[in-house]
Amino acid sequence: MKALRYILLRLLGTLPVLIGVTLFTFLAIQFVPGDPVRIMTHGRLGDAEVEAIYERLGMNRPLAVQYGSFLVNAATGDLGESIIQNAPVADLVAEKVTPTLWLLGMGTLLSVLIALPLALFAAARPDSAFDHAVRAAGMLGFAMPPFWIGLLLIVTFGLELGWLPISGFGAGWWGHVVHMILPGLTIAFFLAPILVQSLRASLLDALAADHIEVARARGIPEWRIYLKHALRNALLPTLTVLAVNVSWLVSGAVVIESVFALPGLGSLLVRSVGYRDYPLIQGLALVFAVIVVAINLVADLSYGLVDRRVLRKLP
Amino acid sequence: MSTVAAGEEGVMAAGLGRRLAREVASWSVTLKLGAVLLALIALAALMAPWIAPFDPEAQDYDAILLPPGGVHLFGTDNVGRDIFSRVLYAARLDLSAGFALTFVPMIYGVLIGAYAGYRGGLVDAVVGGIANVAIAFPFLVMIVVVVAVIGPGIDAIYISVFLLAWTMYARLARADMMVERAKDYMLAARVLGFSTKRIVLRHGLPNVVGSSLVFAMSDFVLNILLLSGLSFIGLGIQPPTPEWGAMIAEGKEFILEAWWISTLPGLAVVLTGTALSLIGDGLARRFSDRHGGPA
Repeated sequence: MKALRYILLRLLGTLPVLIGVTLFTFLAIQFVPGDPVRIMTHGRLGDAEVEAIYERLGMNRPLAVQYGSFLVNAATGDLGESIIQNAPVADLVAEKVTPTLWLLGMGTLLSVLIALPLALFAAARPDSAFDHAVRAAGMLGFAMPPFWIGLLLIVTFGLELGWLPISGFGAGWWGHVVHMILPGLTIAFFLAPILVQSLRASLLDALAADHIEVARARGIPEWRIYLKHALRNALLPTLTVLAVNVSWLVSGAVVIESVFALPGLGSLLVRSVGYRDYPLIQGLALVFAVIVVAINLVADLSYGLVDRRVLRKLP
Repeated sequence: MSTVAAGEEGVMAAGLGRRLAREVASWSVTLKLGAVLLALIALAALMAPWIAPFDPEAQDYDAILLPPGGVHLFGTDNVGRDIFSRVLYAARLDLSAGFALTFVPMIYGVLIGAYAGYRGGLVDAVVGGIANVAIAFPFLVMIVVVVAVIGPGIDAIYISVFLLAWTMYARLARADMMVERAKDYMLAARVLGFSTKRIVLRHGLPNVVGSSLVFAMSDFVLNILLLSGLSFIGLGIQPPTPEWGAMIAEGKEFILEAWWISTLPGLAVVLTGTALSLIGDGLARRFSDRHGGPA
């Protein structure tokens, strides 16, 4: 029961973010100087046609009514209609969401795979040469612009060595995996250093705990202490760090999609700005907010469900 | 604290010099290295009009896609502009914008957070609530929305960052202030009847600004990456103005025949970011030393 209440509370907690994002987008678009429909259609339409579009989009109603109906429609999966592409925003999103989710997933997976062994070895001998080398490499990786790393990876592994595809999303499950290696690695360059730093710190904390000493006294092999006793406690704070950086991760993904010509939500967003397709921008803002909030929610929930002490603190 | 009460100017200057020397001597190697590196980059940016051998926007069709070396230290791009001069001028823009994007929100973020943490109650609840919403706000989406309204350029970035970024600093200062509030020196200040303003600003602030300063260094890196990333996808600084990210985008199509157009501005970002990370790392260790925590 407590777990269910925890989930419900967390779900409620996401509402302010979703309302904040949509309200901000909605109000911002009202500030567009001039007539948004005329801007979007580059003044090619006559007065009657513009009026008709307003009528169809319901843009001649009071603001509060417009926003309210946007929320109600969004809740039922209707995100409005793109003016330039002449298609429902929800359909456009559904078409483009898969590459973006693959990119985020692959980026996180590769980051964890790189960060985990590095953090384990660095924490095993704090202040050793290896520890310092990992820290220095982390600073370098963190300072590298993701789109620049992407370009360098394309040149080295794609064009010079010809090992991996450099653009597009590929076909089929395996094709997606292969096409996502370089974009995923690009994400890892900036995400893995953050994870290593936090994992190393929490591993050192975990290793200093009394139960580790007890485990050593019981003669449990050192590697087992590491993997079973220390790592498990160290993973939880890292999960939070991962969640805190999701907003940056999603922002990075938008830019990386453009480097690797991935047909994802980020490319759609950049294009929608170019066309000033306001309904599409409004819908995409909500979709991105939902992605960020959902990942945060999953991290939060797993935190609470793994560490039962969180549940006990509930009001 | 004040060992320099001995009226004479010379004594004060010598005391100040000694204190500065002692301060620098106590810095860790990473802090020194980062500070020197950043100072050099900032100096190069400041002196760009005198150091740069060419006009950063001047095109020269007799010197197209020249490799690094000779008069063109970093080579030239597809319209014959000198990459070295452009990288130098871009440093002015990236450093100053990164500085403003980081420290302007930090100032009011720390003040709001420190006040909220000290006062508690409704103020604290409101600030905490806003901070929690802001942390899940997809940053880039907000900037894109602002760009859609006012057009591409640095103003859109300033507006979005100034609206959102202070919450991170408020969060840090608020958490620290809640710890500080309960300490004896705060109690002493209250017993002495000092005003809330004086207690927060003079007594609390010096003790809660540390974590924000450390975070500001990574924030500085992220802001430079943000500016260059947006310029890369065409929503930030517009060509022909030299900006590191925009330059990387300009060289994208020539990456195979002329690697230097994109690679060298990227290295400038890496160098600047590393300098800032070194300083952040050094500051983090220094503050944890001072508080008697683990190094």
